[in-house]
Amino acid sequence: MPDQNTDPADDPMGTEVHSAFATPTPNLASMESEQLVEREQLEPEDPEDKDNLEDRDDRQRERARSLWQDAWRDLRGNWIFWVSSLVIVFLVIVAIWPGLFTSTSPLACNLSNSLQGSSSAHPFGTDNQGCDIYSRTLHGARASITVGFFATIGSVLVGAVLGGLAGFFGGWWDAILSRITDIFFGIPLLLGAMVFLTAIDSHSVWIVVAFLVILGWPQIARIARGSVITAKQQDYVTAARALGAGNSRLMLRHILPNAVAPIIVVGTIALGSYISLEATLSFLGVGLAPPTVSWGIDLSNAVQVFRNAPGTLFYPAAALSITVLAFIMLGDAVREALDPKLR
Amino acid sequence: MSTASSARMTTADTTEAPLLQVRDLHVEFRTREGVAKAVNGVNYSVSAGETLAILGESGSGKSVSSQAVMGILDSPPGFITGGEILFKGRDLLTVGREDRRKIRGAQMAMVFQDALSALNPVLTVGYQLGEMFRTHKGTSRKDAKTKAVELMERVGIPGARERVNQYPHQFSGGMRQRVMIAMALALEPDLIIADEPTTALDVTVQAQVMELLADLQREYNMGLILITHDLGVVADVADKIAVMYAGRIVETAPVHELYARPAHPYTKGLLESIPRLDQKGRDLFAIKGLPPNLVRIPAGCAFNPRCPMAQEICRAEVPPLFAVTEADGAELAGRGSACHFWKETLHG
Repeated sequence: MPDQNTDPADDPMGTEVHSAFATPTPNLASMESEQLVEREQLEPEDPEDKDNLEDRDDRQRERARSLWQDAWRDLRGNWIFWVSSLVIVFLVIVAIWPGLFTSTSPLACNLSNSLQGSSSAHPFGTDNQGCDIYSRTLHGARASITVGFFATIGSVLVGAVLGGLAGFFGGWWDAILSRITDIFFGIPLLLGAMVFLTAIDSHSVWIVVAFLVILGWPQIARIARGSVITAKQQDYVTAARALGAGNSRLMLRHILPNAVAPIIVVGTIALGSYISLEATLSFLGVGLAPPTVSWGIDLSNAVQVFRNAPGTLFYPAAALSITVLAFIMLGDAVREALDPKLR
Repeated sequence: MSTASSARMTTADTTEAPLLQVRDLHVEFRTREGVAKAVNGVNYSVSAGETLAILGESGSGKSVSSQAVMGILDSPPGFITGGEILFKGRDLLTVGREDRRKIRGAQMAMVFQDALSALNPVLTVGYQLGEMFRTHKGTSRKDAKTKAVELMERVGIPGARERVNQYPHQFSGGMRQRVMIAMALALEPDLIIADEPTTALDVTVQAQVMELLADLQREYNMGLILITHDLGVVADVADKIAVMYAGRIVETAPVHELYARPAHPYTKGLLESIPRLDQKGRDLFAIKGLPPNLVRIPAGCAFNPRCPMAQEICRAEVPPLFAVTEADGAELAGRGSACHFWKETLHG
């Protein structure tokens, strides 16, 4: 221990040590003892403790570094994540409690007020039915967010489970499922929607959700299948199997956590596109129908009048764009954080 | 056949029945290019406390045969088409899937080559170690973690208590391999198969890890199968060596005898191709040619196209594993060579 310590301490003073050898012995002894004292004063307290502290710091810093923690650290430093999250949180609040922001009912329409400009009673003006555009824009968030969230949850659940099982077990199950997803990919979305939703008389939010799940799950299933196959081939899965893990443990503990990232990314981006799909369907008159308030319905009402009253088109369209953009931006931020290859 | 007799001879040396006995194992891979015969009639046995090194190039079937023993062969495309794997007297090939799973990890375990990829990156090391106890013994999460710390201490990981919550990428290569060994060791299995356990490590760390494996093996009196392509790694640790080529065992011998006096031209070539210091300035020796494509294994002795001693008989007849004897006919225990000219090779 003292030997190791002398080396770095003496190195710069190497010449002095040599000259000390030339001087008589008492001097040498005194010098050595001086150095010893110095060493004793310096080392036990300052450097060693600092090293220990640094070590401990390093360890603590190191400890908090799983994939998810890494991803979270990445997200935290990404302004896109914060902007899009703030917008989304705001949208969710509006969707749940639109009454916080307006006391006007979106359905209290007075034809005599039709197509008015901005005023204190109607900050965004009124549409051709005489409804308050501000109120309708706020209330429209509920339908969009509901459809977006539930369609995403539904398609991710169905897609991830079916795709994951296909990827894990392979063989016949995989072949059949892959062909089914191919068939669904072949259905043109709008045409499918026209047929499906026209055949069903109800135009509730849940019917639209169900439709989006039915057409949306194959996309997720394909992603899930691919990432499960990738994860399944990793050595640690073989290793876990070699050490006696059963199928369910392999799937839930070893494969799922390693395969879930791409599904989350695609799901987040899909959420934005489901919202715009809902608006498209409602615009075409096959999605939601009045009295449900939806941006798509507002847009379709605005078509005939927007040249005289641009606000009828602008506000719902802006709300829709911002919402979709927020989710796609969030999806991008999440992808950047979860995909180490993009770093 | 002398193959079987020599295998039996080897086991007769040990007093009790061997822990693991592989008899005439055949494994093939059915691929688009054809059927690749990866393992063609392999025989070996390991007793408790014994170390068998299986030596061979990549593609010689050494890993595949051990995967077959562990029951983790990818199937399809891999199929076991014949033979017996007797583990404690029970043929594993006839055991049901669920029973087989329970044997894995608890009674036989495996140490993988690349610990970084063999450990799950999203789970902590402690969790993965504890998993052994939880899957096989239903230990609670908390107890499993305590046991994980004990295991990490036993394989010499410093600061185990703090490091148990770290992730694999936070460990150095040697420490990761120690974790793998700890995992394999967790339930004190009777047999450990180590598939190139030190290939991914620095030379200095290699020695430490090998030493650890050997110590633990002695401590628990386990059978150890050491799969490697590195002649240096096995010399100090193994009791006996089986050299594989193109899915066959071409030579078996106690470890030091094999190094001193190889009885197969392939083994001889392998030993000669180890670079040596006194060789400086001269060309390195290499066995000419390439290992055969397993879809089209040459007729006769698979090594014949590369063999300096090949004669007509080598192209026509597959040599069985001849029992190797001294020139005067004195028996050499545990030695066998699948070469028509083993006498010439051994006695020069």
